[in-house]
Amino acid sequence: MATRLQFENCCEVGVFSKLTNAYCLVAIGGSENFYSSFEAELADVIPVIKTSISGIRTVGRLCVGNKNGLLLPHTTTDQELQHLRNSLPDQVLVQRIDERLTALGNCIACNDHVALTHIDLDKETEDMIADVLKVEVFRQTIASNIIVGSYCTFSNRGGLVHPHTSIEELEELSTLLDVPLVAGTVNRGSELLAAGMTVNDWIAFCGSDTTATELSVIESIFKLREVQPGVTMHEMRKSLFDSFL
Amino acid sequence: MFGSSGMAEEAGMFKVHQTIGSVLCCKCGIPMQPNAANMCVKCLRSEVDITEGLLKRLVLVHCPECESYLQPPRSWVKLQLESKELLTFCLKKLQKNLNSNKVRLVHAEFIWTEPHSKRVKVRVKVQKEVLNGAILEQSYPVEYVQQEHMCDSCTRVQANPDQWVAAVQLRQHVSHRRTFFYLEQLILKHGAAASAIRIKQMEQGIDFFFSNRSHGVKFVEFIGKVAPVKSRHDKQLVSHDPKSNNYNYKYTFSVELSPICREDLICLPPKVAVSLGNIGPIVICTKVTNSIALLDPFTLRHCFLDADQYWRTSFKSLLTSRQLVEYIVLDVEVVSSEVTIGGTKYRLADAQVARVSDFGKNDTIFNVKTHLGHLLNPGDYALGYDLYGANSNDMELDKYRGLVLPEAVLIKKSYEEKRQKKRGKPRAWKLKSLEMEVDDKARVDQDKMVSEYEQFLKDLEENPDMRFNISLYRNAEYQPSEMASVTDGDELPSVPLEELLADLDLSEDEDGEDNMME
Repeated sequence: MATRLQFENCCEVGVFSKLTNAYCLVAIGGSENFYSSFEAELADVIPVIKTSISGIRTVGRLCVGNKNGLLLPHTTTDQELQHLRNSLPDQVLVQRIDERLTALGNCIACNDHVALTHIDLDKETEDMIADVLKVEVFRQTIASNIIVGSYCTFSNRGGLVHPHTSIEELEELSTLLDVPLVAGTVNRGSELLAAGMTVNDWIAFCGSDTTATELSVIESIFKLREVQPGVTMHEMRKSLFDSFL
Repeated sequence: MFGSSGMAEEAGMFKVHQTIGSVLCCKCGIPMQPNAANMCVKCLRSEVDITEGLLKRLVLVHCPECESYLQPPRSWVKLQLESKELLTFCLKKLQKNLNSNKVRLVHAEFIWTEPHSKRVKVRVKVQKEVLNGAILEQSYPVEYVQQEHMCDSCTRVQANPDQWVAAVQLRQHVSHRRTFFYLEQLILKHGAAASAIRIKQMEQGIDFFFSNRSHGVKFVEFIGKVAPVKSRHDKQLVSHDPKSNNYNYKYTFSVELSPICREDLICLPPKVAVSLGNIGPIVICTKVTNSIALLDPFTLRHCFLDADQYWRTSFKSLLTSRQLVEYIVLDVEVVSSEVTIGGTKYRLADAQVARVSDFGKNDTIFNVKTHLGHLLNPGDYALGYDLYGANSNDMELDKYRGLVLPEAVLIKKSYEEKRQKKRGKPRAWKLKSLEMEVDDKARVDQDKMVSEYEQFLKDLEENPDMRFNISLYRNAEYQPSEMASVTDGDELPSVPLEELLADLDLSEDEDGEDNMME
């Protein structure tokens, strides 16, 4: 199921929120609308936490995490760190790491098993990611863009990549990540997928500019639709390009 | 792990062949190649109209009389429908608008419209950059509405067809028209009267009418270069627009040619003779261009008189070519060697001559000095001025005390005898003429005109330097005579065939198709 929303009239939802299977981080906005949307969907399932990171509201792009842990840049204040440690469930390891590239969300894209990182990431950071998030780390570029964290987003069930990705690269990535991938756009043709939307295994939140076509692509690749074997589904499937292993 | 086909790069790297995948258009969902906007072309076009704000309808002002279009603010340019120039003209009107909207013109062509529909349609293709780098190309029609409006020159012509703005009045106060025949040919060769709207033949001159003052000035300057002239100009107010302070004038140029012609006998005024180095007061004029060439036949001294110099102290000729008398040469004795002055050869000689009218009747013989020693042989005929029998009433002559006048001055050799044989046969060449109106009020003696023209043609035949500035055309009707011509001592001078121009005959003639055309 995919929901369309806006943060203070901006459609880049993935910038101001971080959604994983175990928790959700949300930025502090002027009104409570943004938080309420998340709360309405997720409140009884996972904790939804309002926070900032190093005083900046773009929490989605500064931190990276999955159900196993959360990594924060070295600029995070102690209060924020404490707040997060308190709010998050115990099995989630919260760690502040020393990395030159502080926008971890832009540099690293991960799900619960695999992570793709920026090719200039430090070796220590890579080890940290492997330890804290308990994932396999691969340095990659996507369609000649090195900030992989922005141009692709994936969950445990599927992934969406930059629209200019070639077929060969798509196959390669699919092999690495072990999930089906498709090249697509969000927010009316925007290529910044991770900035425009945020997703976990059962729900996705997209910017309100997302067109119906894009939404249907998202729902099908991330397998968010309730399983209803129907004629329409199969018709849809035929017109989409999927890459299965 | 790598793709199927790989191509070895020059660096030796193994490069994977990238196939571009397809994504769905974010608006309509059809599969397409990804582009900068990630929308299919149709959705992009529906979203963005790059022709917004561009001019689609313009006005062209057209003059129906002369088929020309107005180029603001004032000039009218003649253009054909569906021509490249018209396309350029139309596009220029769009250019400013296109530039301000930052679109680039890629292609333009005409869409066919009915000739009487007063519409000119152009299909224009433009390119513009939209939405993060994608360049969109779109073509749209531009309609030009043609409004009819008479241009200024046509209005003036309509109002008064004979309207002229500048008039040049060419006058020469002599009793013959030889100069004007020659000038006519010069004008034709150089096309100086191409812009004249009317040419009128008056007594003692020709009037040229122009629609523009600058044309008149140009013509006067041309005449000044080929003949010694004195000119003055005047203007007359025709109309005055007090609001815009526009004054319309009629300009007249009065050009007077000097009355001295070739082969004239002149008695120089004492002042002029002294200023020219004491050249003998009796001189012959040998050549008139923009300066007058004078030759003293007894000493073979020559000099030139500029137009300014002449008009400062103008003088008239003593005897003109009308008064030439035929002499028969009895004896020639060469005195000096041949000299070349100004391109022509002269030779001083003593000659014994008698007037043809006297020959056989009485014994009047004159011993004269002449400059034609290189041409004359005993038994030849020559033309000259009879000073012995002439009764001159010249003021200048009186100023000279103790001047001994020669009895006769020979001017040129006469070919009259030989011409008798060729009488009636057409020449191998012909001349073109200007379209002149002849004033009915002026006294026109047809016979006199014809004989003068004939004389002019004879002059052309005899003088190669006169032919220099004139175009002669081959006469289509001339056939060389079959009879073997009886060759005398010397041949009649005629125009060699090489000098003749083949007349480019563009009109529909029955015999125009023969090899006389270029």
